[in-house]
Amino acid sequence: MKVKSTQIKEPLLRMVKRDAVSPKKAWEIRAIAFLLSLVTGGLLILVLGHNPLSVYKSMVVGAWGSKTVMYETVKLAVPLLITAIGISFAFKMKFWNIGAEGQILVGAVAAGAFGLFTAHIFPKLPLVILMLLAGMAAGGLYGLLPAVCKAKWGTNETLFTLMLNYIALAFIKYLMNGPWKAPGSSFPKIAMLVPGARLTKVLGVHWGWILALVLVVAAYFYFNKTKQGYEIAVVGESNDTARYAGINVSKVFMRTMFLSGALCGLVGMLQFSGADYTITEGTAGGVGFTAITVAWLAKMNPYGMLIVSIFIAMLERGSNTIQTNFKIPASASDLLIGIILFFMLGCEFFITYRLILRGKEEHHG
Amino acid sequence: MASTLSSLFVAAVLAGTPLLLGALGEILTEKSGNMNLGVEGMMFMGAITGLAGSYYYEQAVTKSGGAPSGILSAVIALLVSFLAGAFGALIYSFLTISLRANQNVTGLTLTIFGTGFGNFFGEYIGLKAGGYVAVSGTTKAAFSSLRIPVLSDIPVLGKLLFQYNWLVYFAIIIAILMTWFFNKSRTGLNLRAVGEDPATADAAGINIARYKYTATIVGGGICGIGGMYMSMVTTSGVWVHGCVTGYGWLAVALVIFATWSPAKGVFVALVFGGLTIMRMYVNIPGLPAQIYDMFPYVATIIVLIVTSMRQSKEHAQPKSCGRNYFREER
Repeated sequence: MKVKSTQIKEPLLRMVKRDAVSPKKAWEIRAIAFLLSLVTGGLLILVLGHNPLSVYKSMVVGAWGSKTVMYETVKLAVPLLITAIGISFAFKMKFWNIGAEGQILVGAVAAGAFGLFTAHIFPKLPLVILMLLAGMAAGGLYGLLPAVCKAKWGTNETLFTLMLNYIALAFIKYLMNGPWKAPGSSFPKIAMLVPGARLTKVLGVHWGWILALVLVVAAYFYFNKTKQGYEIAVVGESNDTARYAGINVSKVFMRTMFLSGALCGLVGMLQFSGADYTITEGTAGGVGFTAITVAWLAKMNPYGMLIVSIFIAMLERGSNTIQTNFKIPASASDLLIGIILFFMLGCEFFITYRLILRGKEEHHG
Repeated sequence: MASTLSSLFVAAVLAGTPLLLGALGEILTEKSGNMNLGVEGMMFMGAITGLAGSYYYEQAVTKSGGAPSGILSAVIALLVSFLAGAFGALIYSFLTISLRANQNVTGLTLTIFGTGFGNFFGEYIGLKAGGYVAVSGTTKAAFSSLRIPVLSDIPVLGKLLFQYNWLVYFAIIIAILMTWFFNKSRTGLNLRAVGEDPATADAAGINIARYKYTATIVGGGICGIGGMYMSMVTTSGVWVHGCVTGYGWLAVALVIFATWSPAKGVFVALVFGGLTIMRMYVNIPGLPAQIYDMFPYVATIIVLIVTSMRQSKEHAQPKSCGRNYFREER
């Protein structure tokens, strides 16, 4: 190997850890990053030959312009928000649950098992409760499986949970083509839930939105005011510290992942009985992945997730409008979400560190 | 029976090659200690840009009255898809290495971004082209099976080994080169040191950031080529919405299956490729087709659990993988 003579030379830029950053300054940096991401997205729109401002405006109007679209936007935000809360349970203890997609699907299937086949036996209320419990139990157990293996043998949970997504998806395709295929249908699809068993609408949207708001408060309380929430935080900080403090790390893994999966399973049940009324390959529709970014952008704060999920729902709903108005494909929302996230991830660095140009004297104090 | 087996083998090779390319890119990346979960995104980026590169090249040549060359079109697709994958990896590298963002979340974001990128531009170019985007027969021919004189005509063996498209051989050559690189070259050994223990490597005078950037970006480029295979070979030069979905993640799983060894990756890709297309060739009575689709994923989970139970140090993920290196926290 070549040995280079090393000269002591001050680099062009060097970084210094900030002592403490005021919340105001931190939010200023985040706001700038957010604006920059919109500018980047705008440049892309400009290159495609459209006016960025009118495209952005059309997105906002498309998401909030009328009662009908507003309901649609809220309907998109509910699964995102609940899934994000579910994921944050796992992420807070640095357990990378990227299997929300699969947990949503098995939740929908379990709810479907009751909703589709026992609707003629039970009255509505007990049926809905049964679907709710079944969905949560199925999602929870599906989340518990990788947690048990992680606790026992340290199995990599990122890939385990991910693989479970595709297994759940294949299982739904199997149900669509075989045992649950709607009678008389030539196309492989699952029957619709009978209207009598569908979730009641409150102010235009199924009551899942009220549940979502309750969960925001409950999750905040759980994370910040309970012993179990504290244990999650300690395990997330360091497994060894947690063990030293007498916390049963395996137990925390399993309990928390069950809760995380159960919330995602709940989303599956809500999608089935409140939004789609059937189960398809698209029941989860990428919510499990987008929710990860929601949780991360909100820094695992449930109130933050409420805001972020509404914002992301707006982008997704609005991108349908720009498809019809400007012939810009609806996948633009994924592209834009990606760009925004890249900027938000990057800006955290400037909150923790500051850069000093060569030659500039550092100011102390 | 023999003919079914040989066509199963051929189909497995064809289905396994994009997975192999994605996995090779990720192996190179992970050897530097970066766990880039954006493989699927980078493959999407390579898939659409490779297709678009060939398409626009053909359009430009046809417009000026010439006849497009298949070889040139293929070379363009190769280069452009490499650059697109490398660009995705560059974003990831800048965020995780320079700006110290979390690797898991950055990788997932890259997957969301790349999926959006692929589907967005796929549809956009399709709309401009009047419905859908497809390359002409010339380019398609450049990606169809080769006819190697003499070798392709050997009975049985010719069909099994010497009648694939050029990307299959390209992928195998990369695997061989990478095996040599990791075990025999100084740079490759340094890279492995970076992935195993960056603090020690740093003390030995290795430039950590440079190694991580280079490995991740080149790795991303290889993933991009894997994506180009999906759009040029698997869907024969037509953009299909979401054509890479699921395959990028299978490639990540394959890395574990191959225990971070490029040479083993070739055989594991063959097995995975076989599992993904098995339902079309092997009919087990009473087993519905959709259950076959679970096989690769179930197999990965079993391997994950078994390897974690054995906890072998020899065939494990590079030790620093997934964690960023902070020099001041040594």
